[in-house]
Amino acid sequence: MTKLGPGGWSVRLIVLAIGVALLLAPFLFPGVRPIQVAARICVFIVLVASYDLLIGYTGVVSFAHTMFFGLGAYGTAIALSQSDASWGALLIGGALGVLAALVLAVLIGLLSLRVRAIFFAMVTLAVASVALVLASQLSGLTGGEDGLTYSTPDLFSPATPLWHDAAGKTARLFGVRMDGQILAYYLVFFCALLLYLLLLRVTVSPLGTVLKAIRENEARAEALGYRVVAYRTFVFGFTAVMAALAGVLYAIWLQYTGPDTTLSFEIMVDILLMVVIGGMGTMWGAVIGAAALVMAQYYLRDVMQAAAGATAGLPLLPALLNPDRWLLWLGIAFILLVYFFPAGIAGTLTRREARK
Amino acid sequence: MASPSLETRDLTIRFGGHVAVNGVSCAFRPGELTVIVGPNGAGKTTYFNLISGQLRATSGQVLKDGRDISRLAPSGRARAGLGRAFQLTNLFPALSVLENIRLAVQARAGVGRQFLRRAAAHRDLVAQAEHYLEATRLTRAAHLPAVALAHGDQRKLEVALLLAMEPDVFMFDEPTAGMSLDHAPEVLELIAEIKRDTARTVLLVEHKMEVVRALADRIIVLHNGALLADGKPEEVMASDLVREVYLGKRGAA
Repeated sequence: MTKLGPGGWSVRLIVLAIGVALLLAPFLFPGVRPIQVAARICVFIVLVASYDLLIGYTGVVSFAHTMFFGLGAYGTAIALSQSDASWGALLIGGALGVLAALVLAVLIGLLSLRVRAIFFAMVTLAVASVALVLASQLSGLTGGEDGLTYSTPDLFSPATPLWHDAAGKTARLFGVRMDGQILAYYLVFFCALLLYLLLLRVTVSPLGTVLKAIRENEARAEALGYRVVAYRTFVFGFTAVMAALAGVLYAIWLQYTGPDTTLSFEIMVDILLMVVIGGMGTMWGAVIGAAALVMAQYYLRDVMQAAAGATAGLPLLPALLNPDRWLLWLGIAFILLVYFFPAGIAGTLTRREARK
Repeated sequence: MASPSLETRDLTIRFGGHVAVNGVSCAFRPGELTVIVGPNGAGKTTYFNLISGQLRATSGQVLKDGRDISRLAPSGRARAGLGRAFQLTNLFPALSVLENIRLAVQARAGVGRQFLRRAAAHRDLVAQAEHYLEATRLTRAAHLPAVALAHGDQRKLEVALLLAMEPDVFMFDEPTAGMSLDHAPEVLELIAEIKRDTARTVLLVEHKMEVVRALADRIIVLHNGALLADGKPEEVMASDLVREVYLGKRGAA
């Protein structure tokens, strides 16, 4: 077999193309919106890949992944908004958020990973709901429904030049201003890359095989000598830390943290969709799923606007293509994807190649 | 005589009003191959499940090298040196044959928690897994998912997993059930090889009388969950009681 885990060459090419596009995003797609989209994709790749390790590799169904994402983000946000925009506040807040995610995950794991999968899913749903309610009720700390807006260290500010050109202004490289925002983007990009590679490595390690074994046949794994509850708890805690780190990155990037950006169940559903679209248990699918869904969320309306304009003279079509109906088309696209790629894009492409 | 590596004391399990295993006390010693026989429903597989931990006894104890392991989970008993192969094929269907065996090897080697190195970089693990692939003549199928194997090969993989665990106590539950005539001798030869190692204890549930005759050092007979007879093969087979409840029903063997 291959060295980096399952996945055909077409899948790897797609993932590589997405990776290169993300690496060069600030230069290839200048402007305010594309860099927001690219950063969101980077963060969601980590979020979705860690969720895939949990659900796709180990077979543990959890609805608390956004809660851990939120803990990392809120830890960073609260520390930054309560004190100055210092590195110390950022690091301590982020570390506390990640630690809180780890402790909570291990507690939930030890208390409830012994029960049947469906009950575990219920427990995570309940805990995540409590976290969402707490975030909106403790408004003194969390900003409630409005969330928190704060400053990150000056180095990440768009007003901070990384270096100056001859005229003393912010230098430009290929026409792109070299400011703090570029630096923040590359912090997000490289941290996300590192975390993703770590997750990829776990899937091909001895531990990764044990996780798949637990998914495939829990009782047999136990009979071989693997303490299944301990492995499940470990992977639940590990993926919670990954999600919380993604939350820290997102909080640094957005300079805003609220229920809608990190905690809401809509994001949980997004993560599930991304895992399914990309291909559960493939790890490569996280990249494809995150890129596809985030792009659709940001650009489908624009595409439909253009299509509605182009078909303006025709009957019915402009009404169907009205940008307000973008969720309808997203739904149709999802149904078609599931129909033609039942194992997700990465999963189905890999199977097709294996059959040749 | 060597001290027992495995012992059950008054081992009993009740399912509601039904007593599936009833007060079975028996000791098994290294270098000895014990065949457990009995009619269908006699409690042979249930007895195995009680020993390896898939079921918890209602009362009684299981001792490994004198230590009470009755309260341990199956994983704890496996780490204590009990290895079990299952009667109904019980594999990791989507994983490759090699991965299936490597799981057994790495469980024993204690590297299941290692997550920063590629599994393929653990050359010793892969080499050991390949050794057991070779031993069970499954090398050609190494990279196929277990689910794609023919039934006989799945049975051999089941045996390979047990061999790769390298336990002190081997528990085979009808290892040749459903196997074709050309595959069964391979598996029996593997069991005979384990038997030659005097440090190993082997328990074997088996129906086929020619297998029992060829391998058994000792036979115990279970009937309605209770221990009916225990002794050397020729004694047990000559016993009138055993003939009546077991051999008699199946015709003279």
